[in-house]
Amino acid sequence: MTAQLPDNQSWRKGSIAEPVDWEKLRNDFPILQRQVNGHPLAYLDNAASAQKPWQVKEAEQALYDHYYANVHRGVHTLSQEGTDAFEEARAWVASFINAPEKEEVIFTKGTTDGINLLAYTFGLDYLKPGDEILLTGMEHHANIVPWQLVARRTGAVIKVVPVLENGTLDLESFDKLLSEKTKLLSMVWVSNSLGTINPVDYMVQKSKSLGVPVLLDAAQAAPHLAIDVQALDVDFLVFSAHKVIGPTGFGVLYGKRKWLEKLPPFMGGGDMIDQVRFEETTFNALPHKFEAGTPHISGAIGFCAALKYLAQIGMDRVAAREQALGELCRTKLREAFPKLRFIGEAPERVAVVSFLLGEAHPYDVGFILDKEGVAVRTGHHCCQPLMDRFKIPGTVRASFAFYNKESEIDQLITALTKAQKMLLP
Amino acid sequence: MSYPSIQEIGDEIVEEFSWFSSWEEKYEHLIEMGRQLPIIDDVYKTDDRLVRGCQSRVWLHAESEDQRVVFRADSDAIITKGIVALLVRALSHQPAEDIVRSDLSFIDAIGLKAHLSPTRSNGLVSMIQQMKQYAGSQLNH
Repeated sequence: MTAQLPDNQSWRKGSIAEPVDWEKLRNDFPILQRQVNGHPLAYLDNAASAQKPWQVKEAEQALYDHYYANVHRGVHTLSQEGTDAFEEARAWVASFINAPEKEEVIFTKGTTDGINLLAYTFGLDYLKPGDEILLTGMEHHANIVPWQLVARRTGAVIKVVPVLENGTLDLESFDKLLSEKTKLLSMVWVSNSLGTINPVDYMVQKSKSLGVPVLLDAAQAAPHLAIDVQALDVDFLVFSAHKVIGPTGFGVLYGKRKWLEKLPPFMGGGDMIDQVRFEETTFNALPHKFEAGTPHISGAIGFCAALKYLAQIGMDRVAAREQALGELCRTKLREAFPKLRFIGEAPERVAVVSFLLGEAHPYDVGFILDKEGVAVRTGHHCCQPLMDRFKIPGTVRASFAFYNKESEIDQLITALTKAQKMLLP
Repeated sequence: MSYPSIQEIGDEIVEEFSWFSSWEEKYEHLIEMGRQLPIIDDVYKTDDRLVRGCQSRVWLHAESEDQRVVFRADSDAIITKGIVALLVRALSHQPAEDIVRSDLSFIDAIGLKAHLSPTRSNGLVSMIQQMKQYAGSQLNH
């Protein structure tokens, strides 16, 4: 099975022939055929969660129909087959992020779960009063609150790299904030509300030069960019399967072996133990040490199918396709609506288009867009500190996946024209 | 001065909305009502009068006047504000007992019930709770 794993170049280039028939791929996503409020659905809320191709559902169904049993336990055939498939998923994830060993891939419930795992292991064990955790001003609440909880218990202090007006990080401040007091840099690679791709190469290298470990929140990067944890040299990286056309409730924590060996277990239970005695319990080897209890077996199987699907397209082609859609959307919005203001105009960005239409409230705009079949996200996007920084209640956010099409941008424009007419005097 | 009952105002609102056949017309009317709602004084727009919703915010001020409860309210989103206007129109200047007992079925009858779903998190559900709570507290006096 391992022989089938794509190498780094194949993950980028994909295996299907040029040119990619995007319309045909779109047909793999049954939900995109539906109507909403009498209009074809234009699903532009991909940064919140991505839709799933039928291959993911079929893989999960095959598990339940043919070889479902608990994994890592039984000697019987079903359990063996289930375990093989479950561990094959781990190998595919390791390959997807170019992890040196698959034992460095810990399965979690998602990005939030992964960050909390680290907060309660690394955070509680390694932080002392006065130590600093460095975050950025564009973090999702999931990368703020766990550290606040840990800071409260350890006496550590949170420092924040400010965000500039165009939605990029203030790197001069970053250089000053990073110091010998910094015990961890925990930062978002791609902003979910601005689309900004942060200069992680520079920031990780700078941190490493001071011996500061780095946790990268790749929740919004994993769906769009090729990931190479070795080239990045990050200590930890987390993301969720559901944003990468995979199942919900499943995610990944990558950690360097030297850290995962050192850190204490997070949750106790079955699967994570070696020997249990009331006097003393010893723990299982990686990755099982961090996977207490029966895991999300169907999640792993479904995600493996999602990764195989993406490997055919190639992450560079996914990125290029989405980039084209995002930039076309920005251009058309700019032309059609003089009153529209983009929030986040970083030169390096993914296809996340956040904006405000004149004085119209995002909630009102989102409501009218829904009436026209256009699904967007409105509100603070779980980034209240970032919204406060721009002094806005929230934004309207259109976010693209490779299966979106140009005509959906036109549908967005038509719906926004209606919203503008109704909402702006 | 005599006021129509909550039921009568509700019927009147249902009658008014029955004129509109498309959702656009209905919402244009709602938005218009929101615009006409007297904006509450900024002195009332304090945090203790703020009903928190994830998506839009609502401010509610309640006081008693001649055995009746008077509400003033506002929202930062105009569709939410339109519904706030309907609720204020129906519930303000009513006896506390009637407010507590009101079922607000007219919102359902004009097809706006979706806005009162807790998942919308627009502050409206909490606002109605607070209106009734305030009225309830007046009954115990």
